[in-house]
Order: sequence, then C-alpha cells, then structure tokens
Amino acid sequence: MAHEKTSLCTEFTKGFWKENPVLRMLLGLCPTLAVTSAAINGLSMGLAVVFTLVLSSMIISLVRNLIPREVRIPSFIIVIATFVTVADLSMAAFVPDISKALGPYVPLIVVNCIILGRQEAFASKNSVGRSVIDALGMSLGFTITLTFLGAIRELLGSGTIFSVQIMPNAFEPWMVMILPPGAFLTLGLMIGTANWLTARKGKSA
Amino acid sequence: MSYFLIFISAAIVNNYVLSAFLGICPFVGVSKKIGPALSMGMATTFVMTLTAAVAWLINKYILIGLNLQFLQIVSFILVIASLVQLVEMFVRKASKPLYDALGIFLPLITTNCAILGVALFLVMKEYNFLESVVFGFSAGAGFTLAIIIMAGIREELELADVPQHFRGAPITMIVAGCLALAFMGFAGLI
Repeated sequence: MAHEKTSLCTEFTKGFWKENPVLRMLLGLCPTLAVTSAAINGLSMGLAVVFTLVLSSMIISLVRNLIPREVRIPSFIIVIATFVTVADLSMAAFVPDISKALGPYVPLIVVNCIILGRQEAFASKNSVGRSVIDALGMSLGFTITLTFLGAIRELLGSGTIFSVQIMPNAFEPWMVMILPPGAFLTLGLMIGTANWLTARKGKSA
Repeated sequence: MSYFLIFISAAIVNNYVLSAFLGICPFVGVSKKIGPALSMGMATTFVMTLTAAVAWLINKYILIGLNLQFLQIVSFILVIASLVQLVEMFVRKASKPLYDALGIFLPLITTNCAILGVALFLVMKEYNFLESVVFGFSAGAGFTLAIIIMAGIREELELADVPQHFRGAPITMIVAGCLALAFMGFAGLI
C-alpha cells in the first residue's frame, strides 16, 4: 500500500497546514465560530477535542476488525459520545469557569465532523500507532487554529490576549469582534488568506 | 404570550445559525440555490420539532427518573439517529411527494449539530413539554429563514466579481457576518 509509506512525521504535521481541518477542509466550523471570543476559550475547546479525538481514534483502531461494516457509524458515535461525556464532566469538575463559558459546545463535540471524519477516513483503516499520531496532528492543528482565531478576536475586541493587556489604553475595543458577526468575518478572512498563501506556495514550487 | 416570546427569541433574536453558530455545515453546504435550501430548512424544522418532544420525554422520565443524567449525551445522539431513520421510513411510506422534496437531506440531518443543540438547550433552559416543542419548531423556523436568505444572496453572488481566493467558503462567511450584524438589530426586541 502506497499509503503506508508516508512517514509518521508527515502523518503528524499534515493536520497543521496541508489538511488543516478548519482552514483547508472546513470541518468543525460550529465550535470554531462559537467559542473563540477569547484565546483561552479557543485553547480549552481545542484541548477537549485533542482528548476526545486521540482516545476515540485509539479505541476505534483497536477494535476496527471487530466491528461489522454495517454498524460502524453508530459504534463510532457511541465511543465518541463516551469520551465527550468524560471530557464534559471533568471540565465541569476541575475548571468550572471555562466549562461555563463553553456551555453546550463541549457536549456538541459529539457531532463535530472532524472526529467522525477521522474515524471513518483513518482510524478504521490504520494501525493504532498511526491512528494516534494522525489524531494528535489533526486535533493540534484544530487547537492552533482556534487559539489563533480567539487571539485575533480577543485582541481587537477587548485589547487583550489570554487576558493580558496588549493594546495601549487609548485603543477603543471593537465590540463587534467578540460578538457573533466578528466570528464570521474573522474566519472568512482567515480562510481567504489561507487559500491565497497556499496558491502562492504552489506557484513558487 | 410566553409561547410567542419563545418563538421570537429562538427564531429571530437568538437565531440558531447567526448567533448560536449551530448548523453551520448545512448552512454553508446547502445554501447555493433557494430550492434545496428550502427543502433542507423544512426537513430540519420537522426533525427538530420531533426531537424536542422526544428529548424532553426521555430527559424527564428516563434520565432524571432513573438518575442517569450522565448518559445524556449518549442517549440524545442515539435517539436523534434512530428518530431520523424512523422519520425517513415513515415519510417514504406515507407521503411520496414530501419524501422526494426532502430527499437526501433527511439522513444528513443526523450530523447536524443544531438538532443535538436543541435537545441540550431545552434541558438547560428547563422548558416544560409544550414550551420545548414550540422551542424546537421555532429554532427550525429560524434556521430555515437564515438558510433561505443566505441562498438568495449567494445566487446573486454568482454574478459578482469576488477576488479569486475569496470565492466559495470565505465570501460566504463574510456575508454571514453581515447577516449576523443585521440580526443583532433584533436584540432589543426582548
């Protein structure tokens, strides 16, 4: 299989840019838009996804030969929902403030297309090691994008990044950036810029 | 009166797509033409209303009744998946024209986060049974409204001279941003 030849390193880094789930593949947009009003929320959402995706990929690639093809999607969803429940309840117990800020978007990780997509496209066909590396790369790519988006919105909307004052006091915060329209605008500009960068890279190569 | 308030709140002021960011995938994916957008909206409204009713019953009598709230996520997602399957079979038998109109969109709805969102929100807001059903229906109506407006704009956008790298998803996001800005004007209603 030609697929097996790609090195573990490529498997890990493809999620950062080439197949970045948010910017290149447009998956998981709902949490991306909803929780990024501050960098810290984006980061915590990303880490919740890392936890869920890595563990579900591990379990699913372990049992991939035991699940009949016809019922694979419901089985994947049960595994994912279990880990999401663990993540949701642990966040409510250990970091109640963040859990409150993220609200229903933590349970909604279940229907995040990134997770089911990786199980279907990768973990159900590859060995445990490769699946975990793939899951780690993809979810870290997601986390980085979310944190970056959150940082831009927080910087322009409240003049801070991770609650540290960055902008001078004279800066008038653009309230709209931390409200819903700011999410759509910023993400639109980010995807457009990513398209442009990719096209430019392709031309020079 | 309070049912009316729930309707206005869920359909317009806290529009599911434009202010709660639920159901973005179909909103971006199926909003190229008004026809399919309308079918998607109808199918979603239909399933949302049913889900709201079933999720409320399950939460009240099974999860709270047996003290199993930690199974909330798992049971809701299973119920939604089987409900969609059931609705699909029923509609195919009962009304062929409706089935043809909804078509491929019915099965796709399972992975629409707006549906699970309805179930989670109605538990969080502690609605009673009738309020939950009204809430589910209004959320669907709001989704339909947003996706039809979007499809109307995108049909016109086809003719616009958008910078090359911003065609498709990026310009859709930016348009959605402008729509969200417009919908924020309703915030004072309630």
